[in-house]
Amino acid sequence: MSVTASMAAATIKAAGGSGFHAPGPEIFNLPPVFGEVTKPMLLLCLSAVLIIAFTVLSSRPAAVVPGRLQFAGEAVYGFVRNSIARENIGSAHFMRFVPYLFALFLFILVNNYYALIPLLQFPSFSRIGFIVPLAAISWLLYIGAGMWKHGPLGYLKHATVPAGVPLWITPVLVPLEFLSNIIVRPATLTLRLFGNMFAGHILLVLFATGGWYLLGTGNFVYAGAGVLAFVLGIAVSFLEVIVMFLQAYVFTLLSSMYIGEALADEH
Amino acid sequence: MEGNLNLIGLGLSAIGPGVAIGLIFAALISGIARQPEAANTLFGRAILGFVLAEALFIITLAIAFVL
Repeated sequence: MSVTASMAAATIKAAGGSGFHAPGPEIFNLPPVFGEVTKPMLLLCLSAVLIIAFTVLSSRPAAVVPGRLQFAGEAVYGFVRNSIARENIGSAHFMRFVPYLFALFLFILVNNYYALIPLLQFPSFSRIGFIVPLAAISWLLYIGAGMWKHGPLGYLKHATVPAGVPLWITPVLVPLEFLSNIIVRPATLTLRLFGNMFAGHILLVLFATGGWYLLGTGNFVYAGAGVLAFVLGIAVSFLEVIVMFLQAYVFTLLSSMYIGEALADEH
Repeated sequence: MEGNLNLIGLGLSAIGPGVAIGLIFAALISGIARQPEAANTLFGRAILGFVLAEALFIITLAIAFVL
């Protein structure tokens, strides 16, 4: 788990200062590896290499009776295509969006799981700058899909004017719908992934460094609490396994839902 | 004592989504118990509700660190 690498940081902190300093947002400011290049940038490039290698290797044989790797690749692809894209976009147009959604899902999943892999141990999406482009692509995609289907003004009407409400309340609802459908969506998409990765990593670091500090105090009761903190840190790591998958799933699910809603007929 | 009052507000704001997420998954479990074959559909809807409830807290988290 992420305990080992954080221990080193904890010992430095415990030796340097007199009291325990809880980890804050500053733990995400890693020093550059070389030049201007930082660790998350390298992790992002590594994720691209990993995903390309996985997809090429799992689809290269393309046997009728799939091997293990091909089965794994097809399982992931089938999951994204059937239970995310087709369910939410509808069977007419969903195949156009499957490549993007599949790449998005794998990209977020791999980058999230970096947080639990020893030696890497940094979720690259805990830096918000890496998520903004993804949310921007999703935003452009669903707005573009809506404009392709309904025309620019038609899409604006489709997205902002709810059908079946009395005419007098429409002036109140239109700005609200515009705010929630056009402006808030990409922001929440970004913040949700960022917040989860940020909070998860800070929690793991807190348990690891806090437990190490308590063990080093020399007090018997405190040391017991430190062991408890390590156990809780391991438990939280297992919770993070679920959260990381869920966030990749949710980002892809919401992207496809927005596309599906933009492509839907007049309601 | 040192710290930031924002974090107390952050803790308070976790109550609402916490209750909401509990209710959502309680409803999901009872729904699946009544009709196990609808589990996949229900799960997707439950995740949507979970995500919307969670968004409130995530926004607060971001604001707490910004302010």
